[in-house]
Parts: sequence; structure tokens; C-alpha cells
Amino acid sequence: MQPAKAETGTISRLMRVFRGDKNRSELKEFTIKQHPGMVVLDAIHQIQADQAGDLACRWNCKAGKCGSCSAEINGRPRLMCMTRMGDFEPGETITVRPLKAFPVIKDLVTDVSWNYEINKKIKPFTPKPKNADGTWRMQQYEIDRVQEFRKCIECFLCQDVCHVLRDHDKKSEFGGPRFFVRAASLEMHPLDTADRVPMIKDSLGVGLCNITKCCTEVCPESITITDNAIIPLKERVVSRYFDPLAVLWHKITGLPKQPRGGE
Amino acid sequence: MANYQSIEHDVLVIGAGGAGIRAAIEAAEMGANVGLICKSLLGKAHTVMAEGGMAAALGNVESRDNWKVHFRDTMRGGKMLNNWRMAQLHAQEAPDRANELESYGAVFDRTPDGRILQRNFGGHLYPRLAHVGDRTGLEMIRTLQDKAVHTPGLQVHMECTIYKLLVNDGRVCGAVGYWRQTGEFVVYKAKAVVLATGGIGKSFKVTSNSWEYTGDGHAMAYLAGADLIDMEFIQFHPTGMMWPLSVKGILVTEGVRGEGGVLRNNKGERFMFKYVPEQFKKDYADTEDEARRWLDGDKTARRPPELLTRDVVARAINAEVKAGRGSPHGGAFLDIAAARSPDYIKRKLPSMYHQFKELAQVDITKDAMEVGPTTHYIMGGVRVHPETAESTVPGIFAAGEAAGGMHGANRLGGNSLSDLLVFGRRAGMGAANYAKNLKSAPALSQADVDATLKEMTAPLDRVDGENPYTIAQDLQELMQTHIGIIREEKEMQEGLEKLLKLKERASRVASNGTRAYNPGWNQALDLRAMLTCSEAIARAAIERKESRGGHTRNDYPDYDKELSKVNFLIKKTSSGEMGIRKEPLPQMPAELQELFKGESNATSQS
Repeated sequence: MQPAKAETGTISRLMRVFRGDKNRSELKEFTIKQHPGMVVLDAIHQIQADQAGDLACRWNCKAGKCGSCSAEINGRPRLMCMTRMGDFEPGETITVRPLKAFPVIKDLVTDVSWNYEINKKIKPFTPKPKNADGTWRMQQYEIDRVQEFRKCIECFLCQDVCHVLRDHDKKSEFGGPRFFVRAASLEMHPLDTADRVPMIKDSLGVGLCNITKCCTEVCPESITITDNAIIPLKERVVSRYFDPLAVLWHKITGLPKQPRGGE
Repeated sequence: MANYQSIEHDVLVIGAGGAGIRAAIEAAEMGANVGLICKSLLGKAHTVMAEGGMAAALGNVESRDNWKVHFRDTMRGGKMLNNWRMAQLHAQEAPDRANELESYGAVFDRTPDGRILQRNFGGHLYPRLAHVGDRTGLEMIRTLQDKAVHTPGLQVHMECTIYKLLVNDGRVCGAVGYWRQTGEFVVYKAKAVVLATGGIGKSFKVTSNSWEYTGDGHAMAYLAGADLIDMEFIQFHPTGMMWPLSVKGILVTEGVRGEGGVLRNNKGERFMFKYVPEQFKKDYADTEDEARRWLDGDKTARRPPELLTRDVVARAINAEVKAGRGSPHGGAFLDIAAARSPDYIKRKLPSMYHQFKELAQVDITKDAMEVGPTTHYIMGGVRVHPETAESTVPGIFAAGEAAGGMHGANRLGGNSLSDLLVFGRRAGMGAANYAKNLKSAPALSQADVDATLKEMTAPLDRVDGENPYTIAQDLQELMQTHIGIIREEKEMQEGLEKLLKLKERASRVASNGTRAYNPGWNQALDLRAMLTCSEAIARAAIERKESRGGHTRNDYPDYDKELSKVNFLIKKTSSGEMGIRKEPLPQMPAELQELFKGESNATSQS
């Protein structure tokens, strides 16, 4: 794939699109008309309108904001709405497959319901009481990190590319990068008082992550998932359970949370 | 007859954007058993695309702000056709809803003293929009989503489309729909239904709206016998992307102008100074110098004219293009690079930076964006009671874009996110109270259910019918051309005739494949709502022989004094025709009228 370049005129392009369900599937070829500026999602819509009305795909905003149209385009997990056709060589065939880490429902649509089940396990936001004037005060610098996590559009590309989920299918022991980002957004929220460290260790299984940073690489929102979310969570787990001094401090004070420094 | 699944709830909320989720939370917290229907996955609804912010007179940045100023801005923006009571409740309750969202975990940008930061926006006299960069909608929906999944008594049904409301004895009793993933049918039995289905933008060619925006709630309410109000008023957002063609219509947030972005034509002229309507002249700068001073924080300077209401800015861009002063692809240039540093732009408008870089290969920290009007929002909707959000059919409630009245002839930017929370909560409350007071739910009519299922399977049973995608495209072309941003009697009449023919063609629509995740079949079923709403828009637009807000007519360019006193209502007649009638505006109490002393809503708008 080449970096973006100016496109002129309409060309003909061969696409191969995954069609089928869990029982039977094939890569089907379609030739489409590629206009300047077109993205892969436009090509899929063109196929639906002219050649295969029942071709299944998810999409909503078509502007990289909702995270619905995730797919694997020439082997790379990407948003179809943010992948320009012109970024591929004119003669190159573009192959579109569904996310591999989740069971196929039909064509490009996968069953991502497991993610919603994981989210339910994470203890919700539990704010401390308001100030006497009825407000909560937070400085912008205190929330910059949390706001980075909250940019997540739940496209699940990070889940798709994570070895623990993709290659080892450890969905019963591991929450995946998305939910470390979610847990971190709550743990590092200046107003939050809940303790999620045991859950992060046990039901989200943060220890299984071996920091290959694949999730960070595919994130369309450029969230530094590994460095900013996962590693600090790992540190919290380590100091709670495996650092003798911290364990002692925790026993004496009874305080569940670590001091906030170093985030 | 096809099999179906049966599910029962006290309150069924259809639509899971800001209004729907907020309604579901409220109803469940009041003890109702609630079902929340998402047409897509949870968290993907259209609210996620809202960018600029949520209007609430918190007074954090400008202490002169209060609900009365917000109320006045809203009514003036709506050209005084708003339901005054809705606008009042909205202005009064929005600050509580913003604070409540923070208590659910939302993380708004902050002021230097640590409170919720507010930004300027079109038509708002003071900085009023609580925001998170340019992704406020994402923050709202994620916060509500996480609140909802931890609310007892609330069950989420994802990828489910509701096709019809069931009414018995003049009361709602349930709804029929299908699961998108399997195509299996589902019949909900419910005491009360909240419609929070969003808008109708998908019936237009150039739009910022997604596939979900087919007017399902508007159409289902109408078909169930409810009144629709103000259907002629459609907001064409002045700044949609223009190029490349495949992204035409995608929204460029008003936040760009709120943060100091200026509009220029192909002569480099900052043209908005020429388009300030008479009634707004005292609030807007008349020189570039004054506008610049305002941006630098000079409280004696007036606001730049780029911050006029959306209807005014959209018409101005249109006029510049018509006069031959448009950008290469038929729009205007929007420039933020001259006003702000690259770092500031990337921090306050990160999605815009990303969107232009990725999709149009334009670096907005250096170059101007090409923008033009895009179909964005419908002010019209289900006519509701201001306090309870109940429609004219008992048990049917509506909130958010599906409801009408709140925004009058034109909605102010930022008033949608606040509307979702204020009236989402009220609709949830209204529906839960209604369900509690109902002794027993009306019975479902099996004949109705069977007839509906037959109607829904018909496109798959037909061989050699019309292609549903072609009909949708023809409708979009038709609405854009005949009932678009600038309207005229003859063109609209022709459009209406074509619409009726299209309706005929739609009755012969055919889809191939099975019911399982079949977008062609889903599109075929969405056509009914799209066509119903389009017809309502066309009929109301023909009736309103004046220009006002989101309804601009070449043949009637000015306000009409008589029409300034009425809303148009659409209702199905006893013979099944689409009926339209005038309804006098509700009388505003004297103490609120005081706020508009010396102003007239019958003067010219341009």
C-alpha cells in the first residue's frame, strides 16, 4: 500500500469480498467503478446497490466516529469508511473480510456481543461526594489522560488484532485492550472511588497481555492503549498483589487505591 | 403464517440515541420494566456523531447567562414558532441534565477554575455549550450507555428494527419488528411506547445522516393516528464537506466557527457581514476588526456574523454560490488556520483535523476547508405534550428529533443534545407514569400482527420487482431537487406528484436472499417510513407560503404575518389520506413575552 496520492478519473477495480456464514463461505469477486476520493465502504455500498442487495455489512456514520464498519482489508484490521481506495495501487485487488477474532454472522458482520458482556462486568463510575458549592472541580490536566481513553469508538479493531483473543481465543479469561482502556478511564477518573484492581487482575486477566502493542498500532483514534492504559493497570495489580511493601501498606491503611502519582 | 418471538415490557423505548437511553434510564429508575430497542448496536446511534456540544445556561464562562437568555435565543432562533413551554422547560432544565451527565461519569472540558467549560455557538448570545473537544456526542452516548447497562429493570435489544406500532381501542399496546441478525420476527407487548427514533435525513441526497435515519418514529406515529407538527422545517447545516464526492454532506462542526473559523467566497471576501438580518444587527459585529476583538475576549465587541443561526448561514452560502462566488465544488471556504494555532486546532477540533486529513487530504491547520449546506436535522416531528412528551395517541410518547415543537422553524446548534436529555427524561417519566396508572394493557389484535408480518415478508416473496436501493436513490434525488434548501410552488407540486408515483413503485419492491442480515430487504422495509415522511414534508412545505427558518421559498421570500401565528399539523384522515391543518400557536404568558419587547416575528428574515 502506498501513501495517499491525488486521484484523477474513474477506474475499474477488482474486489474480493467474503460472503457466507459460519457453515459455508467463499471470497466472491466483484468489479466496481472507483471514483476519486472513494473509500472501501463506498465500494461495498456500490456492490449492494448494483450486484448483491443482500451483502451484509455494518455501518452508521461514515466518518470514523461510530466504529461500526470494522473489517480486515487486505489483511489489515481497519475502518472501511476511513480507508481510501486510492491508497491502493490501481491494479491491486482489494480483499475485504470480516474481523477474525469474532464469529461470523453473515458476510462482513460478526457477533461482537461478547464485548458487551465484558463491559457489564466492569464496576460502574462511583463518584465521590460533591464540594460544598454543589460542583465537582477538576483541572484540565487531571482529565487529559481519561479523555484520551474516552475517545474510544468501540470499533473492536484492538480486540480483533490482540493475540490473546485472535490466536488463543481466551475470551473466558481475558477482557482485551478495549476493556483495559475502559477500566483505565474509570480507575484514573479524578472523581471515581471504586476499586477495580481485583477485577482487572482476575476477570479481565491483565496479566495475559504480553505488551506486543498490536492494539495501539491499529487504533483508529490513536489511543496509546498499551503504554497509557494497560501498563499502568499492570503496575497497579503488581503493587497490590506482588510488591511486599505495597501489600503491607495496603494491609495497614486498608486503602484500596494507590496514590495517584506517576500516571 | 410466519413464526415470531413474544416479549413483554411495561415501557418499550424505540431508539437508543441520547433521548432513548435517557428515557429508558428514567422509566427503569421509576420501577417500570423497560425494553430499549437499538436499530444498530448499542452506542452507535446518531448521537455519537454530534460534535459541538450541549447547550445549557450553566453560566460557568459568562455569568450573565441564565435560562431566560437561553430561552430567548432558542425562540428567536426558531423564529418564534417553537412551543414556548417546551423551550422554557428545556432552558430551565438543561443545566441540571448537564450536571447529571457529569454525575454519570461524563468528562467535559474544564474552565481554569475546574468547572465545565462552555464554548460559543451560532445563535447563542453567550458561551453556552458544554463540550468535549469536537466529540461531545460520543461522550454523551458512551456515558448513557454505561449507565443504562448498570440500571436494573432495563433490557437492551440490539439490532432490532421496529416496523409498526400496534394500537387497540385508541391506545398503544405493542409493536412489531424484526431482529436484523436473523431476520426473525418479534412482537412486543407494551403498556407505553417511547419513540426516540431520530430524523429523516436519509430521504435526501446530500445529508450528514446515517442509514438509520429513515423517519421510522415519525411514520409509525402518523400511521398510528398521531399528529405531526412543523414537518416543513428541515435544517440544512451550512457546513457539510463538499469534496471528494463520496464524503459530500459529512458534517463539519459548527464548533469550527465557534472557535473563530471564518467563511470566505472565491474572491477572498468575508461575506457573512452582508447577510445579518435586521433583527439581529444589534448583536453582531459589522467589521472584521470588531469580530477579531470579540474572539480575543473583548467584552464590548459583538459576535462575528459567522455565528448567526444555521438557516441564515446556509442561505448565505447558497446565495454566494448562485452569484458565481462559490468555491470550486460549489460551496464556500471555511478557514480556522488564520484564527488559531495548529496546536489549538488539534486540541479543540481533533476529529475535524483527522476527518479532513484522512478523507480530503486537507490540513486544516494550514488550509481552508470547502463547505456547503447538508441535510442535517428535522425540526418537525410527533406533536407532544410539553410536560409529559405524550403524543395525541394515548401511550405513545416521543422525544429528541422524533418529537416536534421544541425548535420551531430552526434549531440552534447545541440545543439538540440538551433536548435529548431534557425531553428523554420527561418522556421516560411520562411513559412510566402512564404505564403505572394503566389498569391492564390493551390486548394485541392477532389479525393486526398477522397482517403486519405478511406485509413485511412481501418484498422477499416477489420475483422481478423494483430494486429497493434504486427507489431510495430516486427518492433522495427527488427530495433534494424538489423540496430542498430553496423551494418553489411549481417544483414542489411536481415533486409531490413524483412522490406519489414512487410510492406506487415502492409497493412492487423485491429483495433477494433470506431474511438473515439482509440490507436489501431492510432497505425495502424502510421505504414506507421514508416515503411517508417525505410526503408530509412536501405537503407542509407547499402549504406554508412564506420563508421562515428552515423553510425558504423563492416565490414567498418574506415572513407572512398570519403564518407567524400558526403551526401546520399533519394527521391521517378517517379515509386514510394525509390531512393537513393550521393550528394557532399556544399563547405565551405575559412575563415571557416581556423578553421579546419591541421585536416582531413578522418581519423579513433576510
